[in-house]
Amino acid sequence: MTPVKLYPPRPEKVYLFGTCLIDMFYPEAGLDAMRLLEREGIEVHFPEDQTCCGQPAYTSGYQSEARAVATAQLGLFPEPWPIIVPSGSCGGMMRTHYPQLFAGTEQEALATEVSGRIYELTEFLVHVCHLRLDDRGQPEKVAMHTSCSARREMGLAETGPALLKSLGQVELVEQVRAAECCGFGGTFAVRHPEVSAAMVEDKTVAIEQAGAERFVTSDCGCLMNIGGRFEHQQKPVKGEHIASYLWRRTS
Amino acid sequence: MTAQSDSVQAHPVKNHTVQTYSPREFHRQAHDALENPQIRANFRKAMDGLMGKRREVFSDWDLETLRELGANIRQRALAKLPDLLEQLEANCEANGIRVHWAEDGEQACRLIRELCEARGAKSVIKGKSMVSEEMHLNEHLQAAGIDALESDLGEYLVQLNQQTPSHIIMPAIHLNTDEISEIMHNKTGTERTRDVDYMTAAARQQLRERFMAADVGVSGVNFAVAETGTLCLVENEGNGRMTTSVPPVHIAVTGIEKVVEQVRDVPPLFALLSRSATGQHVTTYFNMISGPRKTAEHDGPEEVHLVLVDNGRSSIYQDDELIETLRCIRCGACMNHCPVYTRVGGHTYGTTYPGPIGSILMPHLLGLEDTKDLPSASSLCGACGEVCPVKIPIPDLLVRLRREAVGEGRGNVRGAGVKRSKKEVAAWKGFQWLATHPSAWRGGTAVAGKLRALTPSRLGPWTEYRTAPKPAKVSLHALVKRHRAESRPSDSPAGTEETRS
Amino acid sequence: MSARDAILKRLRDRTDGPLAAPECDFAVVTDRGWSAQERLERFERLITSVHGEVVHCHENDWTSALIEVLASKGIKRLALGREHPVAAEARSALAEHGVALVDVDRDIEQWRREQFDDVDAGLTSTRGGIAETGSLWLWPTPDEPRLISLVPPIHIAVLEGSGLEDTFFDVVERHGWAAGMPTNALLISGPSKTADIEQTLAYGVHGPRELVVLVRHTKEAI
Repeated sequence: MTPVKLYPPRPEKVYLFGTCLIDMFYPEAGLDAMRLLEREGIEVHFPEDQTCCGQPAYTSGYQSEARAVATAQLGLFPEPWPIIVPSGSCGGMMRTHYPQLFAGTEQEALATEVSGRIYELTEFLVHVCHLRLDDRGQPEKVAMHTSCSARREMGLAETGPALLKSLGQVELVEQVRAAECCGFGGTFAVRHPEVSAAMVEDKTVAIEQAGAERFVTSDCGCLMNIGGRFEHQQKPVKGEHIASYLWRRTS
Repeated sequence: MTAQSDSVQAHPVKNHTVQTYSPREFHRQAHDALENPQIRANFRKAMDGLMGKRREVFSDWDLETLRELGANIRQRALAKLPDLLEQLEANCEANGIRVHWAEDGEQACRLIRELCEARGAKSVIKGKSMVSEEMHLNEHLQAAGIDALESDLGEYLVQLNQQTPSHIIMPAIHLNTDEISEIMHNKTGTERTRDVDYMTAAARQQLRERFMAADVGVSGVNFAVAETGTLCLVENEGNGRMTTSVPPVHIAVTGIEKVVEQVRDVPPLFALLSRSATGQHVTTYFNMISGPRKTAEHDGPEEVHLVLVDNGRSSIYQDDELIETLRCIRCGACMNHCPVYTRVGGHTYGTTYPGPIGSILMPHLLGLEDTKDLPSASSLCGACGEVCPVKIPIPDLLVRLRREAVGEGRGNVRGAGVKRSKKEVAAWKGFQWLATHPSAWRGGTAVAGKLRALTPSRLGPWTEYRTAPKPAKVSLHALVKRHRAESRPSDSPAGTEETRS
Repeated sequence: MSARDAILKRLRDRTDGPLAAPECDFAVVTDRGWSAQERLERFERLITSVHGEVVHCHENDWTSALIEVLASKGIKRLALGREHPVAAEARSALAEHGVALVDVDRDIEQWRREQFDDVDAGLTSTRGGIAETGSLWLWPTPDEPRLISLVPPIHIAVLEGSGLEDTFFDVVERHGWAAGMPTNALLISGPSKTADIEQTLAYGVHGPRELVVLVRHTKEAI
């Protein structure tokens, strides 16, 4: 777990690192993150050459491939602005594992410097922007699934729920074992599909039993997993990235 | 009800075909466990209970500070390990405890068998010892004609059922009351019942006879104190005390990493162990042994032996990162909190130590050839690392072993590189190429198409349980461009040079 | 090379070089700052929560409390020491009460079967108690050997009310355990128990089913 972070005052400019899953599968979530930040008067820079943080290779043990991919990202953030990542998993990779990944290499100092500027989106909205939301949506019961990386690697169990609670018309319902993994785990879902399936099954049942009409998450891996399971079961519960959910209800 | 019909004797080890599981068969065993609703329900219920109890028992503690202390005590012991082992040996010998060393499990088994044979022992009673499981001591003694009976109730039940433990603290956690009743009925002649007190009383009576008759007691060790030559045992049942004080010979067997420097190191570790393991403030017994019976004393063993087993530990010890594995105090909290262990149970892992700690320890004891599926059997959710009382970074170590398995580590784990396949290397090289060629990456759907082709056969299982993710028509890169174009005339965050290629 | 020397050599010739030993700060396991009353309350709450029984009595007539316990539990044969004041006082008080006093200062080989099968309870003194966890600490002696707190189905332990410390760490430090350990040192926190059958608690699986703690108070303390 990362030590308690001292948060800076609200900056004028930030970088957005969109993540590969958002880029390919949930681009609206990335754009909505950008809109939320811009609405707070922050100029958002999106380095065009960004691709992937390298985590899939890293957690699979392919260290040199992960390092090569991460190296390609390290040079994209030359200004000392915060780097906002709308994913606890990629944020955790960049904040916690980049210094380890580059330990003893020429890029170690740069990696450490970059990692110190990484903020997960909800973390930044709560602790730096002190975001206030004007909920214009219909009343709705919602479950929050905080990703394991956000919760444990970045210590952000509370920021997502705090944002949802600040929406006047939203009732945040508490699922059993909210802190338990949904079973995505990147390549885990591919290498151990049956175990992963058992986990996501329990997660969807817990969300459904909590009476949620919708679940919101800050990680697209979990979204793909839990949402894909609901859809496969032809259940009405829909999932959404928290950036999209917040933007949709307040714009 | 009478506890046991007199005509039936418990002799679980006579017909010794223990049901075995193999780490090589993780996938098949996981499949079987997942298909077994009884296993699923038993583990879910037990793990939920254990997690809740642990949370409660630490609620009035500064847990992070206590964990920090626990980690430091263990790390200090490791830093001084060779000196402490020599000190332990000297102080034990001064106390009258004979100390023996074993390079591996086989040597340790042989040592213990010879100690038994020197006493003409035919019957061994065992307290709970995971190291003895690790080295398959029971089978070894059995082959030499020495009967070895487990006395911890859970271990006893598992042995009656010709199985191995499925949890390091609660060996019979995979069995429910009805199953245990059936096992006891079939093997010991007790009545079929759901009365736990009756079954416990029956086991008490069966095992008391065996304690009295045993020639040797074999136990594990939770902490070995170098400063005083003291062996500490943590337990609730009293079988550990029985094992170490009723038979004329006590043989304690333990891994070389279990040593701590001072007596004052013991209370914090004991506090962490009992609370992390079962959510208890304290276990019923904490038993500290510093020698055999003295001349004036009236009970206790005439001989006490300590067998120090390496069995791969000194190899783990060489590496600055891997050494953290050796801080483990065997509380089992990592399994209690592991969503994978909770689903598949302990036997699925096919190893003495299951769950997260097993997945970072067993590859060193058995080699990655046999255990290559264990480090990947984790979603890296981090729950294990979060609860570990001595702050072992289990997720990081899992990733390290994944690296070793595919030949990207230091190559100092047995079987390193065994999992490296040309196909997978090619896939990751392809991923690397794309992710380091931004213009190609921005090919959008083309990228998605290429990645989908990465491991086509492996996307299959995903869609058995979930719908397939659909690549967006327009990527975030393209959306951002469009967004900039739309917003530029009115509000113009000027410096978006990155998006203006 | 012997296994011993080979193992030690590997540990000493460590690939990644010598390790630094971190400092250990024990503040978290001491300095609870509890009053005598708080200690006593906590001790009682914790040990009764795991099925231990606590009986408060005056040091002058604690044996009447003992006699009541023996009567209420139907104890006919009590194993106990001889020299320790607890044992000596109990022996004189029980001389006329129809309870058979079983001598424990005999080598166990002479009376194992008797101890296992024909003793209703064992009486022992204690060295003290631990408030934080509701524990007793015992250092068995030739006068009060280790098995009498384990083998009989009931264990009656006598604790001085003034003998409570806050934590296990405090006991270890204040009583100089590092300077010399007895053959066997014990913490006992309740009767023997197991949860190995589907997490259902059951008492007396191997050791005593019941633990009764007689807490002796001085007149002033009550």
